[in-house]
Amino acid sequence: MLPKLSREKLIDLCRRMLLIRHFEEKLILLHNEGRFSGHYHVYIGQEATGVPALSCLGPDDYLFTTHRNHGHLLARGAEPKRLLAEILGRRDGYNKGKGGTFHTNVSALGFLHTSAVVAGIIPLAGGTAYAAKAKKSGQITACLFGDGALEEGAAPESFNLASLWKLPVLYLCENNGKYGRGRAIGAAQSSTMAAYPLTDLPAAYKIPAEQVDGTDAGAVHAAISEAVEKIRRGEGPQFVETQTVRWPGSESNWPVVPVPTEFSLAWDLSAVPDAVKEWYRECDPILIFVRELVEGKVVTKEEIGKVEEKVREEIAQAAEFALASPYPELETALEGVFA
Amino acid sequence: MREIAYYEAKLEALREILAADERVHLITDTLTGFLGLSPHRARFREIAERYPERVISPPISELAFCGLGIGAAMAGLRPVVDVVTASFIFEAWPQVVNEAANAFYMSGGQTRAPVVFHVLHGLRGGGAAQHSHSPQAMLWNCPGLEIALPSSPRDVKGLLKTAVRTDNPTVFVDHGSLFEVRGPVPEGDEAIPFGVADIKRKGKDVTVIATSYMVQRSLSVADRLAQEGIDVEVVDPRTLVPLDFTTLIASVEKTRRVVIVDECRQSCGVAAELAARIAEAGFDKLKAPIRRVTTLDVPVPFSRPLEDFISPSEGRITEAIRTVLR
Repeated sequence: MLPKLSREKLIDLCRRMLLIRHFEEKLILLHNEGRFSGHYHVYIGQEATGVPALSCLGPDDYLFTTHRNHGHLLARGAEPKRLLAEILGRRDGYNKGKGGTFHTNVSALGFLHTSAVVAGIIPLAGGTAYAAKAKKSGQITACLFGDGALEEGAAPESFNLASLWKLPVLYLCENNGKYGRGRAIGAAQSSTMAAYPLTDLPAAYKIPAEQVDGTDAGAVHAAISEAVEKIRRGEGPQFVETQTVRWPGSESNWPVVPVPTEFSLAWDLSAVPDAVKEWYRECDPILIFVRELVEGKVVTKEEIGKVEEKVREEIAQAAEFALASPYPELETALEGVFA
Repeated sequence: MREIAYYEAKLEALREILAADERVHLITDTLTGFLGLSPHRARFREIAERYPERVISPPISELAFCGLGIGAAMAGLRPVVDVVTASFIFEAWPQVVNEAANAFYMSGGQTRAPVVFHVLHGLRGGGAAQHSHSPQAMLWNCPGLEIALPSSPRDVKGLLKTAVRTDNPTVFVDHGSLFEVRGPVPEGDEAIPFGVADIKRKGKDVTVIATSYMVQRSLSVADRLAQEGIDVEVVDPRTLVPLDFTTLIASVEKTRRVVIVDECRQSCGVAAELAARIAEAGFDKLKAPIRRVTTLDVPVPFSRPLEDFISPSEGRITEAIRTVLR
């Protein structure tokens, strides 16, 4: 279902989702060309989670994200060109090339720190929430992590603290392995958690927790808006688990693009290889959203085509900018250890 | 100048820090309050009661409450987190060394995390293997952390004030055996800047570089050796990061003999690093090989004679000084 938002807002959500998708697909191509080294994680398949969820936050709220951060940063308004420059290790990256894909953060947007340790941010989120509560600033903290984060002890320890101290924090757990078989057979979904459903874990610490379909932008928006409202009312931490089906391009360790996304796939999957057709038909959150927009007569196909065309241009320019950005001066490796 | 006990100076610093800056929050078990097992620990209660909003007692979750301190620091507070026994910082290791230490650097300078972690390190008489660590050398291997090691009433007050003011994450490595030491402490602010070593005792025959409680132990050895006409200079770096190597090497160049006393293990310890730096910078100035007096490379045994045997004892310090003077 569509989020209950104005036409302009809905088109903006669509634009941000497409921006993330095209960014990630471009990134995969650049990696395949050998333009940057190291492992990386893309957000494809979760766009209808991050974009509507983050649209529920205020401009001064804090956010923390993980190794799978590109989508969150773009959803919040990060510039694709500076994000890409960072991932390519260039001087104009948000972190001056010192963070890379694992650690890109944009403090001006409220992202104070990005940790590539799966649960590394969960204790930190309690800290910004604690500070906001102490200062009575009204800010909340959104802590964005994957289902694997719950396997680390940092998660339950932090849930305990947040619950005891009624900290204003939103835990958004993006479970991208809805039908996964788990790394240990017999375990729940993609995680190896005995606590199943995953919401059992925060619930044990008396944190209200609910599950929502992460490919349903309207459902995500409704659940997060409500959780955010409760937090702002002083009801303490809230936990939302969103469920998506892992994008088949991420099945291997190194992502591959089975078919470049264009909005018209929403109605015509003939270009999609048979092996991955089912995902694009049933689980691709962008195609679902685009169909809802058009079939709900919010926008026409032509209008979406225009939005996508502009997104493509922006990504092309971002790539040009990032590739032209020089590598940082070598001496900078020795600078900025201390404030 | 008035003389007060070390623990009093420490409490005074905490009181003044809280009064001066409302961004300061203390995360500590209010029953121990930065004094560990000291019989004076109840003295902290008065501070806790005065600032109920800013002195909070966490559950036994070092990982979560150290991380909470870091996050709160990122959002503009000045949290001082009491980990109590230094061995417990391992429970919070991922947050301290992998989040706090890296935050400023890997964000390209966007994010500061001015948090203070307070620990009580070292051999304490019956602490055995799991309550006796001196993690400062391990911490020194994690760029991004400042490390302070007070050794006197004046230093604990002055360094604690600076720890709260610096914009970097700081590990404040204290030692329970220092709490009863008495010494002059100026009234008023008297923050001691980081990166300034202190010559605790002037001497001309041999330099002893010592940290934390080992400063006090080295000073008693020096007093005893003075009766034999051996004039020991005791130099205390006070902070490892930043390190005032200039003062250390100047003393070594003057006496041309050096013993380094520290409670970390011998291998890859604080003494090992200082010895390496001195050897690189001034090997030709030395008249005798550098000697290290450290905790021996074994887990800490419980039985008291065994614990004493592996410790950097006055006997071993004395022997090392005699060796470099030979």
